[in-house]
Amino acid sequence: MLLDANAGHYQDDELVPAAEPHAGHAPLDAAAETQADLSAEIKAIGEAYAQALKGGAAPETQPRLDFAPYRSSILRHPTKSLHHADPETIELYSPAFGHQDVHALESDLTIQHNGEPQGERIIVQGKVLDGDGRPVAGQLVEIWQANAAGRYIHKRDQHPAPLDPNFTGVGRCITGPDGSYRFTTIKPGAYPWKNHLNAWRPAHIHFSLFGTDFTQRIVTQMYFPGDQLFPLDPIYQSIVDQDARDRLVAKYDHELTSPEWALGYNWDIVLSGSRRTWTENEAFGDAGDEE
Amino acid sequence: MSKLTPTPGQTVGPFYGYALPFTKDNELLAPGSPGSIRLQGTVYDGAGEAIPDAILEIWQADSEGNVVQRTGSLVRDGYTFTGWGRAAVGNSGVFTFTTVNPGPTEPGAAPFISVAVFARGLMNRLFTRIYLPENEEALAADPLLSSLDPERRSTLIARRDADGGLTWDLRLQGGNETVFLDFERFEGASQ
Repeated sequence: MLLDANAGHYQDDELVPAAEPHAGHAPLDAAAETQADLSAEIKAIGEAYAQALKGGAAPETQPRLDFAPYRSSILRHPTKSLHHADPETIELYSPAFGHQDVHALESDLTIQHNGEPQGERIIVQGKVLDGDGRPVAGQLVEIWQANAAGRYIHKRDQHPAPLDPNFTGVGRCITGPDGSYRFTTIKPGAYPWKNHLNAWRPAHIHFSLFGTDFTQRIVTQMYFPGDQLFPLDPIYQSIVDQDARDRLVAKYDHELTSPEWALGYNWDIVLSGSRRTWTENEAFGDAGDEE
Repeated sequence: MSKLTPTPGQTVGPFYGYALPFTKDNELLAPGSPGSIRLQGTVYDGAGEAIPDAILEIWQADSEGNVVQRTGSLVRDGYTFTGWGRAAVGNSGVFTFTTVNPGPTEPGAAPFISVAVFARGLMNRLFTRIYLPENEEALAADPLLSSLDPERRSTLIARRDADGGLTWDLRLQGGNETVFLDFERFEGASQ
């Protein structure tokens, strides 16, 4: 069973502090900031950004590292500018992953236990591309998520929603020659957190991605279309540009929907441009598996 | 210039602990095997407090300076060096890897380990480098290090421990903030 291989790490999870615990039964104290307080801050930042755009500033494409409405970021963002550097040698390559690393069944999060998980079964499929549109072939994709009730299996998740004995919420796959990935899973629920009073995260799936260059490495979150929590969420709103935010939202795809089985969502991921000099074989997407 | 706009990053959040770590994730070599060293350090926030919920990845050449392209990092066989590892920090903000001293990837180049950093509260991953402290001449000639003032430069150079290991602390913010790298050639261009 997949869980057994990682059994040792469940104990490690106890080391994760309760600094940002999910809401339990205890109400926050009266001094807690309200959603209205946070929304006003988010709105002011958004208006300043709109003004900057009108003034000719380039659209932003990444989250701001310094985004105070996400309170945990205040002491965790660099205050000095990132230093521009040319990637050198090792940075122009990525670690190699293959089918030795990941079993094909790890891409189906609904078959990791004896029974069927609760919730809405979904297929999430897309391609990993580099900034020039080249498929990223034979690379590792990792995902993790809450269950249908909005509960992570993580021990420090204190949200009083039910755990699902048939759902762990962890998946992996290796991209195909065309950069494609595909997961079968359960649509995650929204969940509360304690950034402020009545803070709720929009439903999301965490994605971890590698490119052909280590400098393309990203971890991000995929969201679902039409979520009413988008305007309220400091993490989603840390990306101040609407076009950039939209790049994190999957599209419902009825062609991908499997009759009598699962709803389909499509989400392509674009990494930054590769700086490698490409051979023809690499450019056409040879899988990286040596075994 | 890139034709497609990259997908934005997002924070790794607080709940990666049951997903990203795996057995022997931080053991690029088995501890105690010939040539292995310990690489350790602590991750700090802007108040100087250790961060208990960060996760680091290292990616490096082998001891001869070769870039390794071998699979098997996630299911380590105990003898294949893949050059890549992952370590979640513990309760006291400390991370530990078992690895080798990377060799120079080009004659005369200063060897370094590439690092990606993720943390709850960190909106997007950060990149940095860990240089070996030896070979002053190569360090002085390094294009990145020579572009930094001495105080900031020192944040990228590990200390050599008495047992042959390396110690390198990471500060996300503050007076001695680690130098983080931006590899985007065109970022900030307004045209």
